[in-house]
Parts: sequence; structure tokens; C-alpha cells
Amino acid sequence: MARRAFAIAPRWPCAAAVVLVLILTIGTLGAVAFRAEWSGGLSSADWAAIRFTVLQALASALISVVLAIPVARALARRQFPGRQVLITLLGAPFLLPVIVAVLGLLAVFGREGLLNTLLVAVGLSPISIFGFHGVVLAHVFFNLPLAIRLILQGWLSIPAERFRLAATLDVSVTGLLEIPMLRSVLPSAFLVIFLICLTSFAVALTLGGGPRATTVELAIYQALRFDFDLNRAALLACIQFFICVIAAVFAWRVSALGTMGAGLDRVVQRWDLSRAWLDYLMIAASALFLLVPLGMIVLRGLPGLLELPASVWPAALRSVVVAIGSSALCVTMALSLALRGGAMVAVIGVLPLAASGLVVGTGAFLIVFPFIRPADVALPVTMLVNATLALPFALRAIAPAVAQCTVDFGRLGASLNLTGWAWVRLVVIPRVRRPLGFAAGLAAALSMGDLGVITLFAGQSEETLPLAMYRLMGAYRMEAAAGAALILLALSLALFWICDRGGRVNADM
Amino acid sequence: MTKTTYLPAVAGLALCATGALAETPVLQVMTYDSFVSDWGPGPAVEAAFEETCNCDLQFIGAGDGAALLARLQLEGPRTEADIVLGLDTNLTAAARETGLFAPHGVDVDFDLPIAWDDAEFLPFDWGYFAFVGNTGAPAPTSLRALADSETKIVIQDPRSSTPGLGLLMWVKAAYGDQADTIWADLADNIVTVTPGWSEAYGMFLDGEADAVLSYTTSPAYHLIAEDDDSKRAWAFDEGHYMQVEVAGKVAGTDQPELADQFLAFMVSDGFQSVIPTTNWMYPAVTPTDGLPAGFDTLLTPAKALLFSPEEAAAGRDAALDEWRAALSQ
Repeated sequence: MARRAFAIAPRWPCAAAVVLVLILTIGTLGAVAFRAEWSGGLSSADWAAIRFTVLQALASALISVVLAIPVARALARRQFPGRQVLITLLGAPFLLPVIVAVLGLLAVFGREGLLNTLLVAVGLSPISIFGFHGVVLAHVFFNLPLAIRLILQGWLSIPAERFRLAATLDVSVTGLLEIPMLRSVLPSAFLVIFLICLTSFAVALTLGGGPRATTVELAIYQALRFDFDLNRAALLACIQFFICVIAAVFAWRVSALGTMGAGLDRVVQRWDLSRAWLDYLMIAASALFLLVPLGMIVLRGLPGLLELPASVWPAALRSVVVAIGSSALCVTMALSLALRGGAMVAVIGVLPLAASGLVVGTGAFLIVFPFIRPADVALPVTMLVNATLALPFALRAIAPAVAQCTVDFGRLGASLNLTGWAWVRLVVIPRVRRPLGFAAGLAAALSMGDLGVITLFAGQSEETLPLAMYRLMGAYRMEAAAGAALILLALSLALFWICDRGGRVNADM
Repeated sequence: MTKTTYLPAVAGLALCATGALAETPVLQVMTYDSFVSDWGPGPAVEAAFEETCNCDLQFIGAGDGAALLARLQLEGPRTEADIVLGLDTNLTAAARETGLFAPHGVDVDFDLPIAWDDAEFLPFDWGYFAFVGNTGAPAPTSLRALADSETKIVIQDPRSSTPGLGLLMWVKAAYGDQADTIWADLADNIVTVTPGWSEAYGMFLDGEADAVLSYTTSPAYHLIAEDDDSKRAWAFDEGHYMQVEVAGKVAGTDQPELADQFLAFMVSDGFQSVIPTTNWMYPAVTPTDGLPAGFDTLLTPAKALLFSPEEAAAGRDAALDEWRAALSQ
């Protein structure tokens, strides 16, 4: 790890971010546990749930990461028209609310979906998506895009000079550059996806086919909602944190630090590009897998656009405002944390992933309720929570770039006495603009699709777009809900695209 | 609809504290989300009540019935709610246990298939659970026949959804000690178990299953709102389990008279006539004009099944374990 004998960045924003994350993760858990009366332990059903949760998360994360490697490699190696648009679109599933994505997947893999229609047409027997494989399929659908993006970032972070060097020496890029890069990127990508799947609830239940597919998060939901057993909820949330800690320690132990060195931001020119058909096959296959369900969501949503009630628009505006707010907050926090670096940042970077959304919401409610009417702070609290929940992703994008920047230019900056805001403004921000834009877009889009805290806090006039969509579904208006889902998809993608694009102005990819 | 902004709201609190309180009284009704939504009964109920009460009726929306109870338990005695509306009989025992409710004091003849004598919880609508399938498709005539058939159904999880819990109670009420064999035989019919009603109903409409657990009144929505008679509820010989939705007055309310006035209004025509085509349930007291056209086409079960709140609460955990064990094979 780069030793830093001089404080380059201001200290207090980092401290503020750390405190906020701790309050919203450990603090909310504490608030729930504080209200609980201690009793009982874990039942055999709980152990079954823990086992299923860990197994499906391992399988989902492993498959996502393994599949993402050739796709990211292909995308890093090839330039073709529409590549940028494709990369943005490939990210879309990750940004969707669960139910929208599930219905999109069912339109392809379901009983009357495209795939089964095709199978039956050629005389084969239809397949069922429900079961363990369905859960994994859906999680891969959600997380493959994230894995591709994280690994692609790794490829793009290899300086062009390294490729030139490899070319001069006429050695294999794979062994010299790509494998070391993957060793530093893969464990962390695996960890993130494992943790996302660990706290999955609706996907696992809906596609799991029955109570076998019970996850810990569902058990927490049941404890909080049906049994009002805060003790059990707190205990289960602790177990979730515990699994997270084990996974995180494991990931840190196997990951290697990137040692690519500084570059001058030249465009990478590859001389080793054989077998283009294989790269294009990878890109086409992943695009087919990710984009066909998205296309079905669009198709399903189009007729619904005509039936949208007027109240959807203020809800959409509210969602956009919350998304922009939480994105700004998230990126600020991520940058301040990344500038300080160190083990604390690594811990803060995974904590929100392991937190149960329900426990966070309930804990925040318990903290806020004695002082303020929850509905009055619904949107600000949603903004804070969304920013915190998106922080691990933002940090993952920004922190390596900032660390690299410090390694590469820290001494130069120190010798010029360039510290504090001047250092951040003149050196860091221009150099991490690309991950910064990506992180901002991701945070905004994740916030758009989120339906966690708002359900607990929202009153009559704090409806967000996902909540409006759910309320439409609850009122039998499935077609209008599909229309709202389409608007949600379009807005999420637009926000993501604008931020991501903004980060790349003047930068060659 | 009043739009809340944050700073003025805080400033408003300060003003109240200094005694500048000369506004219309506010009655806060905590209820489930779909009641409050633009398509639910909320807006019409609010307009009708505010015409007569000289007050401001405000809704606090909280997920579904179970979330509503959890929310109330989270808030405890400090809750701002004056009325809690939208619990069902599977939840009233736990709600009663909180000690937060006062007697409703309303005496009225209900149009319910069962006798009602709960002093604290006042019904406002009710319905029968039923499997809803497509018209013309083969329809089993009992839970047993369904379990023996090849028919594919999608149900809700009793651990996260009120209809899901309703089906659990239905099987228990109809089959008692044999409930676990019914569940074991149903296992191969169940395509999947969803977290909530919306997901299940959406999947059924998309053709993922032949039928979905819903209400006998669901076809009325399609018939009345969409002019579509392609959905029908299956009549089962064992009888159909009921859902009775109730409201209660919070004992610590700061608006006791207004709360009483609302409860009385709740069983009057102004409220009850809104229910059938917004909440898609039967009104607890049939309005003078009767039920809307289309409701006469609905299935009327030969037998109504319902556990008392105490029975439902006492049997729930064992029934859940039985359900989980049978479906986890």
C-alpha cells in the first residue's frame, strides 16, 4: 500500500462521511436492537435460510464475474460504432427496480415467454425458470452489467504505455498485464456482487419457486413486519453483517494491489487483436441476454404510457430531485473517503452492502420518530440512505483512481506544495473525472429505482416514481404500472448516461 | 391535497407551540398504501368526510395491512394517528394486544356473512379469498381437486403478504389436521410464491400461471373498469376464507370526537358506496343504492370460513411451520 507521509487532502469531509455511514448501518441496527427484548436463538428454518442465502449468493457472484471477464475483455479490445451506447445500455438491468426486471425476465424466460415459445415451435419441451437456477439467472441478469463495468474499468486503467512496452518486448499481454490487473479487480467485484445477492429478498423469493428460497432478508422482513420481533430482526441483521465480514476478509486476502504505474492518458493501440469473431460473439451474447428482457420491458410499457395518471409526473420529478441530491452527496462522500484512503475506507466501502435495507429503514424511523413527523423528512432521509447505499459502488469506482493518482503524482504535488483543495481541484478531480462521472450516474440511477426507506416514511404527498408504480400495481392497473416502469427505466438510464458522459468530456475512451 | 414543505412545516410547529392554533382540526387516519392512492377509496372518502366535518382529513400511508400494524407498533403510544384503518382479522389480535385501541362505540347492522361483535374493531369492507383464473379454462371445484390437478397457480408468501396468510388460514380452516397433506399435494401446482399480491397478480396476467390467489371480487375490476369478462373466480366446495378489513380508534387520540364522527361516517353511504369500485371489496354495510352493476355476476360462496382473531393468532406459527415444511420437500 502506498505510504503517505504527508496529508494531502482535507480531513473533515471524510470524517463526516464515515459518521454518516456508521449511523445508517451500525446505528440503525443498534436502534432496532435497543428496542428489542432479548429472547430465543435461531431455528432450523433460520439455518436453512442462511445456507440458501450464502449458496445462491456464491453461485450468482461467481457466474456473474466469470461471464463478465470475456465480455469486458472484448469491450476493452474492440472499437465499433455504438460501443458507448451499448456499454450504457448493458448497465441498465442493474438500475431497475426488482419487480420490473423480474417481469422483463419472465417475458423472455417465463412460461409464455419468448424462449419457451421458440422451444415449443421447434418441437422441444418448455423449460421452467423457477427454482435455484432461476434465482441465479436473475441475479446474474442484475449483476453481470456491474461486473462488466467494474472489470472494464480495470482494463481501461492499464496505461497505453504498458501495452506499448509489452509490444516492444513482444510478450503476451495476458500474462504481463491482464492477469495482474484481474487479480486486483476480481476479488472486489466478486465481493460486491456476493453482498448484493446476500441481501436479496424479492428476486430470490419470486423466482425461487417456494419457501425453499427463503433468504435471511426475507426472515428479517417477516420478523419486522409480521411478528414485530425486533430482537429476531436485529439478530438476523447481525448474521448478515457477520457473513459480510467473512467474505470481505477473504476478498482482501486474495486480492493483489494494482501496480500498473503512471501513464500519459494516450489512447490504447492494441497490436495483439486476433480472433475478432470471438470478441464480437461475447459482446453479442451478453447484449442478447441483457437487452432482450429490457426490450420486453419497453414493449410492455409502451401501451401503458397512454394510461398514466397525472400524478406520475410529480412523483417522477420528486424521484429525479432525490436522485440528483443523493448522487451529489454520494460522490462527495466517496471522494472524501477515497482521498483519505486506508483500511477505514475499505470497511466503510462494504458496510452499506451488508446492511439490511429494512433494518436501515426501521432503525432510521426509530431514530427520527421521537423528534420529527417521518413524512416531513421522507425525501431527505431517502436521499441520505440512497447516497449511503450507493457509496460502496461509487467508492469502488473512485478509490482506485484516486489512489493511483496519489501514487503517480503525490510526490510531484508535495514538492510543489500542492495540498488541500488546490490538490483536489487541480490534480485529483481532472484525473478521476471518468470514475467520478460513472459513480455519480450509478448513484443517481440506483436512487431512482430504490423503494426501500420511502415505503416506511412516505405519506400522501411524498410519493416517488417506484412507489407510484407499486401503487398502480396494487390497484390492478398493471398496464399503467408497466408504463410507469418504462418511464422509470428511461429516466434512470438518462441520469446515468448524462453523468457518465459528463465524466468523459474531452476524454478518449 | 396539502403539499408539505420541510422548513415551513417546522416553522408551523413552532407557531403551534406559541399558541397561534386557530386552524381547522386535523384528523389523521393511518391506512395501507392502496387505500391512499389515487385509485383507492382515499380521495373520495376524504372529500365526502371533509364536506361534513369542518376538519382536515389526512391519510398516513403504510405499505399493506401487516406493515400498518408494524408501523403502529414502532410508533407506540406516541403515534399521531387518530384512526387506524385497514387491519384484518388475522392482525387484530396482535393489534388489540398493543393496548392502543379504544372501543369504537358504533352500533350498526352489518351486511357480513358472519356475526360481528368486536368492541374495538369496526369492519369497513370484506371479501372472500378465491383463485382467479381465465374464463373457459378448466376450473377445479375444491382445494383438494386443485391439489390433485395439473393446474398451475401462483400464491403469495404468508410471511410477507396478507392474502398469502389468508390462504394459509383457508387451508387450515377447511382441512384442520390434514392441512399439511393438502399443502404437500399443492406443492407441484405452485409455480412460485411471491412477496406480495401485486407480483402474483401481474405474473398471472402475463400467463405465468393458470390462476392466482386473489379475491372473488377481482373479476369485478376487469368487468367494470376494463369491460373485460375474461377472468373468473373458482368456487370451492370447502367454502371460502374471508378477509374482513377493520378500523379502530387510537385510545390516545387528541381528536376523540372527530374520530368518533369518522367511525360513524365509515359505515354510512358516503364511505361505503365508494368501496366496491375503488377497493374492489364488498362494503360492510350495503349502501342504499345497492352494489354497482357487475357485482351481481360475482361468485357467492356457499360457505364462509373465518377464524376468530384469537384463533388466527394462536394457530398462525404452527400453520406457518407446517406450510414451510410441506413446501420445502
